[in-house]
Amino acid sequence: MQRIGVFVCWCGSNIAATVDVDAVAQAVKTEPGVAFSTNYQYMCSEGGQAIIRNAIAEHKLTGIVVCACSPRMHEATFRKTAATAGLNPYMVEIANIREQCSWIHKDREKATVKAIILSRAAVAKLNLDSPLTAGETPVTKRALVIGGGIAGIQTALDIADAGYEVDIVEKTPTIGGKMAMLDKTFPTLDCSACILTPKMVDAAAHEKITLYTYSEVEKVSGFVGNFTVDIRKRARSVDADRCTGCGDCMEKCPSKKSKSEFNQGLSNRSAIYIPFAQAIPNVPVIDREACIKFQTGKCGVCQKICSAKAVDYEQQDEIMTRRYGAIVAATGFKTINLGRFEEFQYAQSPDVITSLEFERLCNAAGPTKGKVMRLSNHETPKTVVFVQCVGSRSTVECGKTYCSKICCMYTAKHAMLLKEKYPETEVYVFYIDVRTPGKGFDEFYRRAAEEYGVRYVKGMVGKVAEENGRLRVQASDLIADKQLVIEADMVVLAAAIEPDPSARNLATLLTASMDTNDFFTEAHPKLRPVESPTAGVYLSGVCQGPKDIPDTVSQAGAAAAKVIGLLAKDKLVGNPCVAGCNEPLCNGCSACELVCPYGAITYEEKTVMDHGVREQRRVASVNEALCQGCGACTVTCPSGAMDLKGFTNLQIMAEVDAICR
Amino acid sequence: MPINAESGEFKPMIVAFCCNWCSYAGADLAGSSRLSYPADVKIIRVPCSCRVNPLFMLRAFQRGADGVIMCGCHPGDCHYTSGNYFARRRMALLFSMLEYLGIEKGRVRVEWVSAAEGQKFAITMNQFAETVAALGECKRLEDLRCQP
Repeated sequence: MQRIGVFVCWCGSNIAATVDVDAVAQAVKTEPGVAFSTNYQYMCSEGGQAIIRNAIAEHKLTGIVVCACSPRMHEATFRKTAATAGLNPYMVEIANIREQCSWIHKDREKATVKAIILSRAAVAKLNLDSPLTAGETPVTKRALVIGGGIAGIQTALDIADAGYEVDIVEKTPTIGGKMAMLDKTFPTLDCSACILTPKMVDAAAHEKITLYTYSEVEKVSGFVGNFTVDIRKRARSVDADRCTGCGDCMEKCPSKKSKSEFNQGLSNRSAIYIPFAQAIPNVPVIDREACIKFQTGKCGVCQKICSAKAVDYEQQDEIMTRRYGAIVAATGFKTINLGRFEEFQYAQSPDVITSLEFERLCNAAGPTKGKVMRLSNHETPKTVVFVQCVGSRSTVECGKTYCSKICCMYTAKHAMLLKEKYPETEVYVFYIDVRTPGKGFDEFYRRAAEEYGVRYVKGMVGKVAEENGRLRVQASDLIADKQLVIEADMVVLAAAIEPDPSARNLATLLTASMDTNDFFTEAHPKLRPVESPTAGVYLSGVCQGPKDIPDTVSQAGAAAAKVIGLLAKDKLVGNPCVAGCNEPLCNGCSACELVCPYGAITYEEKTVMDHGVREQRRVASVNEALCQGCGACTVTCPSGAMDLKGFTNLQIMAEVDAICR
Repeated sequence: MPINAESGEFKPMIVAFCCNWCSYAGADLAGSSRLSYPADVKIIRVPCSCRVNPLFMLRAFQRGADGVIMCGCHPGDCHYTSGNYFARRRMALLFSMLEYLGIEKGRVRVEWVSAAEGQKFAITMNQFAETVAALGECKRLEDLRCQP
C-alpha cells in the first residue's frame, strides 16, 4: 500500500479564486492510500517545495500528488523536489487543476468538484505507480555527417573545431556539392568557388575530420549515442595514397565521350576523371561503365602512363564499420526532371536550359569559359527569357507544391550577370511573385529591375516553340492583361529543387521521418528545427527544406551545436517510461515489432516460466535506449504482454474509474 | 453523471484522452487563453493517441461515461511519426462496433488538435458536450456491478 501525500496549490489566486483548495485537500484525504494532504499558496516556490520535502520525511510518503498547473509546466520541478527528499522521481503525479480547471470554469462549485475528480484520478494512478530508473548509456564521441556539400562541410568543421572526431561520407568523388557548381552567389555577388574551396581545403586538412568520398552509407543500427554504421567505400580504381594528382591519365584516356556531371552534361569528360580542378580529394576515379579497359579488357593506357603506379583495376569496394554518437543528414538537393514539362521544350531544344546549366555557362571555369552562348549555334543570345516557378508552387502532378525559395534571387542574379557581360541583351523575367525576404535581397532584386533594366513581367509562360532557329515564347502579362509573344534566343528555366533521391533510402536506414515531398521532418518545426524526431539524428541544409547558402550555413552551425551538446555528455539518461514485455504472456507473434516506429523491439530466445513449466520460447525484448515510449505496441499486443511503464493499462483504467465514479 | 436532483439539469460524464504532445498542450493553451468548455469534460493524459486501447473507452462506458473523445496530433504530425495513424484505424473499428452495440455515434469522437489549437480544443469540447448532453444518459454498456 502506498502512502500518498496530496499537495494542493493555490497558484496565488489563479487556482484559489475558482477552486476551493481546502475542500479539495479535505476531499482527497479519504481516497485509498492518501496519508497526508495540505494546500499552500505557491507549491512550486521554495517554501512550497520545503512543505513537500518535510511531509515526505515526516509522513514516510511513498509518492506525491501535486494538484497545480499543467505537468508540462512543473512536473520536472516536482520530480526534482521528490528526488531531493529521497523519493523516486517517478512517484510523482500532477493533477492539472489550473489550465484544465480553474482557468476555464467560472462556477466555483463546478470547478471544485472537477478539481476533486482530477485529483482523485491522479491518486488512483499514483497508487499503481512503481519506482522507475532511467537507464544510462555511454556516448561514442564521434559524429557522422552524410553529404559533403556546404551543409555537410560546415557542420563537420564546426563539430571538429569543438574537438570531436567527424567523418564525412559523400557519394560523389569530391566534396563541394552544388555550391561548387555556382558562379557567383547572391546578393553580394562574391565568387562561389572563392568562398567554398578554402572551406573544402579546411575540411580535408582538419586533423579531426576524415573524408570518405565516393562512399555511401549502407547500414545503420544502434541508437542515440551508439550508432553502428556500415560505409561502402566504392572502388575508385585509383590508389589514393599513391596518386599525385598530376592528371596525365585523364589527358591520355581515349574514352572522352562521357557527360560531365559537374558541368550538367554541357561538356564531356574522360572515363578516368576528377569532377573539377579544385576537387577534393584530387584523386581521379574510373567510371567503369565508360572505361574501355573495364568494358572490353583492351586498353590500360592510364595504368601504363601513371608514373606513380596508382591505377589499380583490381580494386574492390570496401565495407567499413564505424561507431558514432550522432549522425547528421546533409544530403542536399537536385533540380527536378523537366522532361515532363513539355510546354517549355526543355528536352527538345538545346537553347532551353535550366538555371544550373546557365550557372555553368556563366562560370569562367565552366564548359564555355564563362561565355554565355546558345548551345545550338554557339552565338551570344540577344534576347533571353527567364521563367520562374518551373515546377515550384505547382499543382500539376509532375511539379511541386512548395516554393523552392532560391529561384527568385538566383534569377535576379543571372539577369544581372548577363546584363553586366552583355549590356545589349534584352532580358525578360516571367514570375508569379518575386519573393525577396532575406537580408539585402529586395535591394538586389530592385537593382536588377531598375539599374540593369531587366524586364520583369508578372505572368506565366504558356508555350515555347522552336521557329526559324529562334524560340517563340508565348506568355501572358497579368498586369497589362495581354498576351505577349517574344522571339528569344535562349530560355532559362528556374527548375524546382527536390531532395536528393538518396535521402529516401537514408531516411529508412535512420528511421527518420520525411514529409510528403521527401524532405526530412524536424522534431519540431519551430522549436527543434535541426533535429530529426529520431534521437541522435540531426538535419543540415536543403534535405530539411529549400534554403539558400546563408540559411544552410546557419542551420549547419545549429546542427553542429546540437551534436556537440550530445557528444559533450559522457552518459545519456534515457526516458524510463518505456515499453516492457511481460514474458510469460508473450507468444512471439511480432505484431509489436511491426508497429514500432523506432525498431526498438527485437525477439530473443529466452527461458520463460509458464504456469510452473520452464520452457525456451521466442519472446519480445525492448531496447530501452531506443524506445521513446509511444505505446503503439501495448495496444497492438494481442495477449496484453506489452505494457508501458508510467502509463500502464491498469493505471489508465484506474484513472477512467476514478473519473467515472 | 446522474441528473442533478435540484435543478433537474443533466450533466453528462465525458472522458477525453489527449496525447501529451499536441492535444494535451492544446488543452493547456485553451486554459491559458481562458477559453471555457464544460466542466463535464475530464482529461486523461496519454503519451500518444496510439496508447489509447479501445478497452479504455469501453471501460469508460462500462463505468457510466456518457461520451468519450480521443484527441491526437494531426495526421502526419505525430510526435512518434505514425502513432495517430494506428489510433485512427483502431477507432474506426471500435466506433463501428459501438454503433452495432447501440451506442449512438455522437457519443464517441476522434479529433486532431495541435498544440497551437487551443481554440479548436475548446470549440470541439463545447460541441461534443452539447451533443452528448442532447443524447442523455448512456446506460447501454453500464455495468451495474461497478456502482459504488
